[in-house]
Amino acid sequence: MTARIGVVTFPGSLDDRDARRAVQYAGAQPVELWHDETSLHGVDAVVLPGGFSYGDYLRCGAIARFAPVMGQIVQAASRGLPVLGICNGFQILCEAHLLPGALARNGGLRFITRDVTIRIENDTSPWTRQYRAGQDIRVVLKSGEGAYMADPQTLARIEANGQVLARYASGNPNGSQRDIAGVVSEDGNVAGLMPHPEHAIDELTGPSADGLGFFASVLQAVAIP
Amino acid sequence: MSHDVVATARNASPAQDSVTAAAATPDRAQPFAALGLTADEYGRIAGLLGRRPTDAELAIYSVMWSEHCSYKSSRKHLRQFADKAPATDVLLAGIGQNAGVVDVGQGYAVTFKIESHNHPSYVEPFQGAATGVGGIVRDILAMGARPVAVMDALRFGPADAPDTRRVLPGVVGGISFYGNCLGLPNIGGELAFDPCYAGNPLVNALCVGVLRHEDLKLAAATGPGNQVILLGSRTGPDGIGGASVLASASFGGTGEGAKRPSVQVGDPFMEKLLIECCLELYQAGLVVGIQDLGAAGVACATTELAAGGGTGMRVRLDSIPLRDASLGPAEILMSESQERMMAIVEPRHVAAFLGICAKWEVPATVIGEVTDTGRLEMTWHGQQVVDIPPGSAANSGPVYDRPARRPAGQDALIAAGPARLPFPGTGAELRADLLLLLGSPDACDKTPVTEQYDHYVRGDTVLAMPHDAGLLRIDAQTGLGVALATDGNGRYCQLDPYAGTQLALAEAYRNVAVTGARPLAVTNCLNFGSPEDPAVMWQFTEAVRGLADGCLQLGLPVTGGNVSFYNQTGGTPIQPTPVVGVLGVHDDVRRRVGSGFTVADASIVLLGETRAEFGGSLWAWLRHRHLGGRPPAVDLEAERALARLLATAAERGLIRTAHDVSDGGLAVALAECCLSGGTGCVVQPPADPASFLFSESAARAVVTLTVAAAPELLRACEEAAVPAAVIGTTGGALLEVTGLFSVPLAELAEVYRAPLGDLVG
Repeated sequence: MTARIGVVTFPGSLDDRDARRAVQYAGAQPVELWHDETSLHGVDAVVLPGGFSYGDYLRCGAIARFAPVMGQIVQAASRGLPVLGICNGFQILCEAHLLPGALARNGGLRFITRDVTIRIENDTSPWTRQYRAGQDIRVVLKSGEGAYMADPQTLARIEANGQVLARYASGNPNGSQRDIAGVVSEDGNVAGLMPHPEHAIDELTGPSADGLGFFASVLQAVAIP
Repeated sequence: MSHDVVATARNASPAQDSVTAAAATPDRAQPFAALGLTADEYGRIAGLLGRRPTDAELAIYSVMWSEHCSYKSSRKHLRQFADKAPATDVLLAGIGQNAGVVDVGQGYAVTFKIESHNHPSYVEPFQGAATGVGGIVRDILAMGARPVAVMDALRFGPADAPDTRRVLPGVVGGISFYGNCLGLPNIGGELAFDPCYAGNPLVNALCVGVLRHEDLKLAAATGPGNQVILLGSRTGPDGIGGASVLASASFGGTGEGAKRPSVQVGDPFMEKLLIECCLELYQAGLVVGIQDLGAAGVACATTELAAGGGTGMRVRLDSIPLRDASLGPAEILMSESQERMMAIVEPRHVAAFLGICAKWEVPATVIGEVTDTGRLEMTWHGQQVVDIPPGSAANSGPVYDRPARRPAGQDALIAAGPARLPFPGTGAELRADLLLLLGSPDACDKTPVTEQYDHYVRGDTVLAMPHDAGLLRIDAQTGLGVALATDGNGRYCQLDPYAGTQLALAEAYRNVAVTGARPLAVTNCLNFGSPEDPAVMWQFTEAVRGLADGCLQLGLPVTGGNVSFYNQTGGTPIQPTPVVGVLGVHDDVRRRVGSGFTVADASIVLLGETRAEFGGSLWAWLRHRHLGGRPPAVDLEAERALARLLATAAERGLIRTAHDVSDGGLAVALAECCLSGGTGCVVQPPADPASFLFSESAARAVVTLTVAAAPELLRACEEAAVPAAVIGTTGGALLEVTGLFSVPLAELAEVYRAPLGDLVG
């Protein structure tokens, strides 16, 4: 049976189509989830895609976290459902307190679109198990508020727990603390990543196909034996 | 979302002018001049109506008969695009629609258009540019298409001018903010600088959309009894008179803050919802006709829909949801509040229509109905305030045959050619000139600007900046795609607007061809000074004639376009700046050809003929501040032969890379190839190294190929009658011109990247 992976569309989501395509490339079945649904339709994992949910009004992700579908996702995540938030999705997961820290305005104060190299640090999460720790991959960063921030105690804790998912390895593009590009929850099933793996699944349209590993990993993680 | 204050306008002030009052008070003075109408035009309106217009009617005519909406000074000349149109079967909808629609095969059609937002972007750069993007996107949406990408062509004053520091970051920020938030990849455009744009920057935005043939929508209110629905943002007091007061008059140079309220404010989040909502409405078959609200707002949408359908329309102006309850009928008609559309819907579908709008949280209101009276009638709390034939406002505006006269100084300008300029001869001089050009704001790295734009979203971008054209995949199965490029060169057009416009066309055509695509159709944005200046009018007529003749010769239909007049500061017009957009079809984007040198030991071949042509060149301008003589010779047959050859070579896999040679000549082209691909090159110069490196002869491209493929390519060139010369080899970490000079790529990169980083901040 093919794994079914939900991709949430909030008003203002933009990379939902790209995320569904990446899920498909990896061999899974994408399931469209609408923001005001109260059921996850039994999906095996969920992706919160990039974009400007609710126009990023108030603060990135601050309104989306109250969407009806998020209530379901928070509950399912506590039971171990793999959840990946990309860019705006990462911001939403931080706002929902499923992930530690927050994303602030880029150091350069401008929106930047750039091909970046990130180094995978945690290769045990359901989203990264097909990579190996220390592996460099080429993906796309495109954001205006992508600087990862947390207080010193939180930073020390996530470093000690192995919750740093990946770091920028070709210079720090946005002022993220400790070059952090992505983090995972304590349980490891919820992941947030500022750069976009779904834009790096095909060399025709992206800088590499390195990003496909995120989707292939979760497919492996949820495989029914 | 309710960031708007919901205001229910119940401003039924008894002082409102009405049709009855107008008939009873024929001599009441009206402020037609302040609204941009002449006494003649005002008299004509009274003649059409058989009485003085009401205040609301005067508002409609003032915006619909403005230069911006009526094309009154250009219409006579624009007819050439139809009169000289090549025989074509690719055009599904042409000039006069919101945007032209072109058949690209496999049941797909593409619609594209470029439009100016110059004046608002000078007054308020961020919102001016942002709403320029928003407006052109709605034009594309109104055709029934999904918008899939944007581009922009920008011109600013000198990079070191104080006002450029205000205008450029604002414009780029506005485009970035609006386009990124809409989820449309920005796949290319242009950025150039000249003192003539210091008080009048150019912001031209292009959008392209894709639809199936059967999904084409037209702006026509048909079927009496059908309902008129306004959807999107509420109407506010923003942009009132933008088309007439702002876009159809010159700037005086100071005190433009007074015009600030005429600039609209954009909400890209609402536009994103509007796009998805409209596409779902189309899919459900609930839309009879649709029109976007841009310049002239409700006045334009109602008159054009009714005129387009050959029907009448009855509208209750007091039912339009407002952000400001104090607005009266005239202001509501003229408001250019953004993110609004007007749809014609059968009564039985209204409930389903409003249901889909509710799903997307897009406000939608029935404001009237289609009638068979042939009159556009509007009421305000029961009083009739408008009763006009819609075509009289939409189609029967004044047409002017403005006097055009070749400027007195034109002969002297041409006579002062570049022949007597000191040319570089030694290796050191040539090297210094290359670095001067490459380190200029015109030729330098545009990354600090373009990296503010998302070009990845939607996952179909195959090529974007810094390649010559943007290339988008349309069909993942077959690889069908479209390429788009825009070009324009004010210096060439200053010297010879006829040839200069054809050179812009030729360059855009070539830029599309180097990707391996076949050029198919043209759009244009004609940026000029005041049409009331006979010298400007001469430039304009020459440019239009050049474009129409050029398109006929290349076999490309002009699908639509936009004219922007009054681009001047005081009495000084900008250089004539027609920006030409060319759309091409790529049969299989997997065979796309990029521009950067990525592998070593490839042969470098220069296609086309190089002559000593420096009139209007970047070298003459930057090295000597010289502008004179004639621009490079136009040879459209050579362009056509080159484009065919490039398409064949891409299809047969003969070439690895291809790059257009234009501004700054071969030297700048080679430097761009080296830097974007990260590989150096060695080239052998002929006897005249200055022309070899810096001449801007047209119909040229630089390509690379494996040594093994060289004989086959050269044979193909001979068959196609395209001059070709092997000039060198890729490889190493230098750009080397044998016997003259070399520059390490690291030094090139440093010079190339310096100028804009500082400016953009």
